Formats: sequence, structure tokens, C-alpha cells
Amino acid sequence: MKKRVISVLLAAVMTVSMVSGLTMTAAAEEAEGKQLSVQIGPNPETIDPALNSAVDGGNMILHAFEGLLTIDRDGQIAPGQAETWETSEDGLTWTFHLREGLKWSDGSDLTANDFVYSWKRVCDPMLAAPYAETVLGMVEGFDEAIGGDLDALQVSAPDDLTLVVKLSAPCTYFDSLAAFATLSPVQQATVEANGDAWAVDASTYVSNGPFYVTEWVPDSHIIMSKNPNYWDADSIKLGSIKFNLIEDPNATYSAYQSGEILFAKDVPTEEIPSLQDSDEFFVDPIIGTYYISYNTQIEPFNDPLVRKALNLAIDREYVANTVMQGTYSPATNFMGPGWVDTDGSSFMDNANGGEPYLPATADIEGAKAALEEAGYPNGEGLPVLHYSTNDAGYHKPVAEYLQSAWAEIGVTLEIEIVEWSSFTPMRRAGDYEIARNGWVGDYTDPSNMLDLLYSTNSNNDGKFNNADYDAAMDLSRTTTDPEERSAALHEAEDIMMEEYACIPLAYYNDFWLQSPKIEGAWHSANGYWYFMYADVVE
Amino acid sequence: MVKYIIKRLGIAVVTIWLIATLTFCLMNMVPGGPFLSEKAVSPQAMAALEAKYGLDKPLFQQYLTYMSDALHGDFGDSLKQRGRTVTSIIATKFPVSARIGGIAVLTAFCLGVPLGCISAMNRGKLGDSIIIVIATCGIAVPSFVICTVLMYTFGVKLGWLPTLGLSSWKHYIMPVTALAFYPTAYITRLMRSSMLDVLGQDYMRTARAKGVNRFVSLFKHALRNAILPIVTYLGPLLAYTVTGSFIVEKIFTVPGLGGEFIGSITNRDYTVIMGTTIFLATLMILMNVVVDVVYKLVDPRIKLK
Repeated sequence: MKKRVISVLLAAVMTVSMVSGLTMTAAAEEAEGKQLSVQIGPNPETIDPALNSAVDGGNMILHAFEGLLTIDRDGQIAPGQAETWETSEDGLTWTFHLREGLKWSDGSDLTANDFVYSWKRVCDPMLAAPYAETVLGMVEGFDEAIGGDLDALQVSAPDDLTLVVKLSAPCTYFDSLAAFATLSPVQQATVEANGDAWAVDASTYVSNGPFYVTEWVPDSHIIMSKNPNYWDADSIKLGSIKFNLIEDPNATYSAYQSGEILFAKDVPTEEIPSLQDSDEFFVDPIIGTYYISYNTQIEPFNDPLVRKALNLAIDREYVANTVMQGTYSPATNFMGPGWVDTDGSSFMDNANGGEPYLPATADIEGAKAALEEAGYPNGEGLPVLHYSTNDAGYHKPVAEYLQSAWAEIGVTLEIEIVEWSSFTPMRRAGDYEIARNGWVGDYTDPSNMLDLLYSTNSNNDGKFNNADYDAAMDLSRTTTDPEERSAALHEAEDIMMEEYACIPLAYYNDFWLQSPKIEGAWHSANGYWYFMYADVVE
Repeated sequence: MVKYIIKRLGIAVVTIWLIATLTFCLMNMVPGGPFLSEKAVSPQAMAALEAKYGLDKPLFQQYLTYMSDALHGDFGDSLKQRGRTVTSIIATKFPVSARIGGIAVLTAFCLGVPLGCISAMNRGKLGDSIIIVIATCGIAVPSFVICTVLMYTFGVKLGWLPTLGLSSWKHYIMPVTALAFYPTAYITRLMRSSMLDVLGQDYMRTARAKGVNRFVSLFKHALRNAILPIVTYLGPLLAYTVTGSFIVEKIFTVPGLGGEFIGSITNRDYTVIMGTTIFLATLMILMNVVVDVVYKLVDPRIKLK
């Protein structure tokens, strides 16, 4: 009898807990106004602006926060929390004037001091923000700040509406950085009271952007609701945005087909051929290049002629349009579309006198000639080469293509698939012969990508070391003359392409599915989608 | 019996310690680390991160610190999901997996046992053959196929069921079905063979000869004996299922523990690897002890030594 009572009790407890679980999760779904349901990535590791280094995390942060400046739908820098800003003549002092009456999502006042706190926080060695050096490295006192003396960072607020930043070297693109998610303001009181955990709970996630987080169920969804305290709240039409944190592209596609989401970023590659004629399928360039690194410090890759031969033997049109199904564009330069020259024009259009550095199709004869000149006629005398890549996206098909393309000039290639977590450290250590590589820009200034080949850059996986290249990059960093700077950056690209420092293969595009019901959303060359001013129409 | 349980729990502690130690060694032997990304983190930031989480210390010291913290119930912070502790990750994700897994095991038990009995009692007849064919399919077809077929049919084509999340009872149908498929088939087959075995025993013939009602003989005599192998299977099954399935969670966007378990390994999120492994191991071992005790309750002839 006792046993029966216990088992009945147990069953009752189980049932109640299951049913209560079912109803509890449905509770917080209610939000006023229209909800836009989208998928832009899986669960973000963090949505703390200072800690984030991922594109999808940055994209979510852009909806919850607003920096001093922002990017408008034409890809231009636009006023954000700052209404106006100016640079001193020597380019070393930047002054930002904040809008009046700015507020946090909890209704409290936001002042220039909040930016001072947040930027110093980014430098805090105890926080170890991955982007600290990228976004604040040029600010005076950065080295001391990253060493622990945060107050050395020359960022100050003479009054509540003014932020003054002193740079140690001119940085003509500092406005792009001021629009970067890492430099969003965070609320000091909340952060100090909760530590790192402030950014994992909706109740402590105080923000200042068009939306604020009202629910985050890890690996399920993030709901952001309209922030009534945002200065431009009247222009926000949506009541909320639901970011569905779907990991599997096939699941994403199913959710899009069933109408549960109106926007899908992760489209299964096998579906692309059937989607290409659809007016719901979009392809748009982002600043970045899929390229191949070779270790330029070891034989035979220390010979520019060998590098030239490997470069010329590739049919980039075939790679982009067939192997990668048209989701990439053939890369005939290192710096592709979207990078902005110092005068605001396209950096790519101005490069190499407007001519591409490399042919879009294969030049087998040229490749064979280069190989012969290098002392390897028809590839004779060359050892078997090894290509390392991780297995994701098009990496394996590209590797197989290279194998066949280089075989035509007598080069034998072996492919080594390496697990992702082992792949990056291996490549960084130079522990490879040839490896897949790629870069998507953080901001549109060309230095962001050209820096990759600077001899001491930690992302210089090919260990390219050229004094002229370094000198050109150094000049671009110190000069305040836009024309001189532009010339130096172009010279750098000329040198690296002349030296065949790497193999540019294809320019990145974003491709996605978007329902015609979404109006007023846009996509930027940085790989972000802007849904804040969007609307859902039936 | 109490003595037996204490002894088993003692062995369990040693086992868990061994598993934790082995996991710690293995995960540190694998190349890579938690703070790597496509873009290099600056050396200062890397050094600061390693110092913050104690990864700059010698391995043995890291091991001692971890073990002593773990003994005090502190499983550390996730290295990848900044601001979340391992305990909080398990505490939010395990209930989700447990709910879906629990319903799935209950479903499998409630379906598998009767199906197995029916099959055994109709041995060689049409009903038996149908059940056997379905059960064989259930064992042979991998779960991602079942997930995909369910998703495509009921989510996309018919549009009857939602494809992601867990916000209503409808959301539970597909993931639970996918999870319950294999155990249902397995229990059915197990029950059938065990039942056939029992039905052929002398005491069953005696019961029938005495004129005992068919149903009484089945429920009072046969079922109680035949169900023992199911009980044995149920323990590990429950432990295994409630800790979540990577595939089912991924396809139906269920925020459960299974994805965390696999994800932490590819991410080299050391503390989460350790935490989830210890948790899973503990659960598995406890379930086995529970099974032994339940065994004794079901069949008093069994002596626990």
C-alpha cells in the first residue's frame, strides 16, 4: 500500500512539473505591437558589447545599443547618440556632442561619462576584451590602460554632453570605430553590481538602443522589445523582434518555409540552386575575401614565382560561380568591393589603375611559365604540397578544386582536414604549408584588412615579411593627408599582389532568405542586418 | 539493503573521480583552447584571459584547484559564455532535456510494454509480424532521419506542428516522438522476447492448468517476471534520455543539455566539459543504483549483496 502511495505521488509530481513547464515557457511571449521573427545566427556566446567578437552577436548588440555614431542604410556614417562631431586639425582630437535628453532603457539619464566608463572598461585587462586594441589602440594612454591603469586612457567628458578623445596617432577612420558595437555605452551601476553576469539576464541587460532585451532563453530565442526611452522611438514601428537562435541550417529553412520566421540567414547550401530564381533570396557583398595562405617562410613558397604559378592556375570564376554556387564573387584583387578609400570612393575601383590584379579565369600558360622560371618545369622537382582546411561550408569542395586545378600545372596536392579548434592555432603558428584563410572586415577602412600582411601582425598567418610593405603601412598610419594615406594603402596592395603574398580566391557575400512582408530593413557591407526601422506588412 | 546502497555509493564516488580525472587529462591533451577565434586575440588579451581563469598555471595545479572547487560545489564559470556559471547552465538546460526526455521515456514504456505483450501473445500471427516490422524499423532508422521526416511532413508540408521552440504543448510532439522512437521499438522487442520466455515456463502452464483466468495469469504471474529486463534497461535509458540528445535538440531548436555537452567539446569550454561530464556520469551511476533497488522491489527473490 505504501509503495502504491509513493508511486502515485511520484507520478503526480512528474505530471505537475511537466505541465507547469509547458505553460511557463509560453508566458513571456506577449509583447505589444508587431513582432518580427528572424534567424541571424545560433546562440551568441555573449551580447556584452565589450566582450563580443562575433558577427551575429554584434548584430544583436546593434539593435539593443547605439554607439556615438551609426551606419545608415546607404552604408554611410550617421549620427547616433552623438548629434555632431569634429576633428582637430592635427587629427588627434575628436570631440563628440551628444544629443540632449538621452536615456537608458531603464529610464535613467545617459551622459558622456557613461561613454568614458564604457571605453575604459573595454581596456580593462581583467575583462580581456578581444577587440580592445582594434577599436582603442590608437587612443592616447591605451598601452597604460591595457596594463591596468584605466584612467590613463585619454577619453574625457568635460560636460554631460561632450566626449573628447585624444589619439596618439591620427586615425582618419575613427568615426567608423565610434559606430562599432564594441564601443557602445554600458551602464556602470548595473555592470558593477552584477559583474560579467549583467549581460546574460534580461532584467539586468540595460541598454540604450532602439530595442531592449526582454527575454533570453539560451539556445532558443532572444526577444527584444521597443525601447520607449530611445531618442528616436517614434520612428520605430515594430513592437518587438524575436531572434530565433537556430543552429541547424535545415531547421532554419524549415522554419522559414512554415512561416515561423520571416528572415533566415543560414540557408542550407544544397537548397541554393533551387532558390536562385526566387525573389525572396538575396545576395549582397560584404567586405571580406576568402583567400589562401601559404607559409612564405618555407620552401618552395618563399619563391614568389611559385606563388605566382599557384595564383595564375586558378579559375576564380569557376570557383565562385560553380564550386561556391554563386554565393561568392571571383576575387581578382585582395581588397574587394565595399572598402572605402580616404575620399569616400571605392578602394577597389582606385586600385591598380582600375584594373584587376589577377585574371578572373585561369592562365595555365602563364602559370607554367612561372613555374619553369622558378626551376620546376611542369612541376618536376616540386615536392607534394599539403593543403590544410577545416570542414565547413565550401572549404572541402574548394580544396578538391585546387587539387585538380594545380594538377594541370604538374603540382600534386594532398588535402588535410583539421578540426576547427585545432586549425586556427596551427595556422597562426605557421605550422602548415598551404591553408584556407579568410577575413571579413570590422570596419570599411582598408587598413583593417591590409594589416593582415604586416610582418608583426598576429593574424599574418602566411608570415609575409616585406620591408617596403611594412613601410607603406607605417606611412598610412602616421600621415594626416588623405591623399598620401590613400597612395600608401594602394602601394601596399600593389606590393603584396606583385609578390603574390597570398591567393585571393573569392569575395564574401551574405546570402539570405527574406519574406516580402518585411519592409524597411537593410544590410550593410559589414555583414549586419538593420531591422530597427523595419515593419511587417501583411 | 542500506549497507548495499552505501557500498554502491562509495564505489560511485570513486568512479566519478576517475571519470573526472580522465576527462581532465584528455581534454587538455587535445590541441586548441577556449579563447581562439578566426581573428587572433591580442597577446595581452589572451594572457589576461588565461590569468583570469587560471589557465596560465601548471596543469596539475589547475587540476587540484578544479577538484577542490568541485568538491565544494563550485564548478566554475563557462569560459566561452562569459557571465554564465556551469551550475547555472546545467540548472537551466537540464530541466528542459529532462522534461522532453522524461515524457519520451514514459511514452516508450507505456507503448513498448503493451505492444511487446500483444506481440508475444499473438506469436506468429499478423499482429505480431506488423509490430515486429515496425519495431525493427524503429531500431534501424537513425534519429536524424526520423527528425527530418517528422519536420518535413508535419512542420513544413502539412503545417500542423510548429518547428522550433517549446512554447506550447504542440511544440513537444515532434521532439518527444523523435526521442521515444528508438526506446519504444527496443522495449517492444525486449518485452516480446522476455514475455515469450516467461510464457513457456512451467509455472505458467500450472497456472493455466489450475484454471486461472488468462488476464490474471498474464498480469499477476507473467508480467511481473517478464518486465525485469525492461527495468534494467530503463535506468540507463532514463539517464541517457533526460540528459538530452544533441541531434533532436539541434533540429527542433530545443534549449537542452545535449547540445551543451557536444558544443562545449568543440568550443574547448573546459569547465563546461567537466561539469556536464561529471553531471552525466553521476546521473548514470545513480540510475543504476536505483535500478538495482527497484529490481528488488519488483522481484523479492533477488538478494542485493
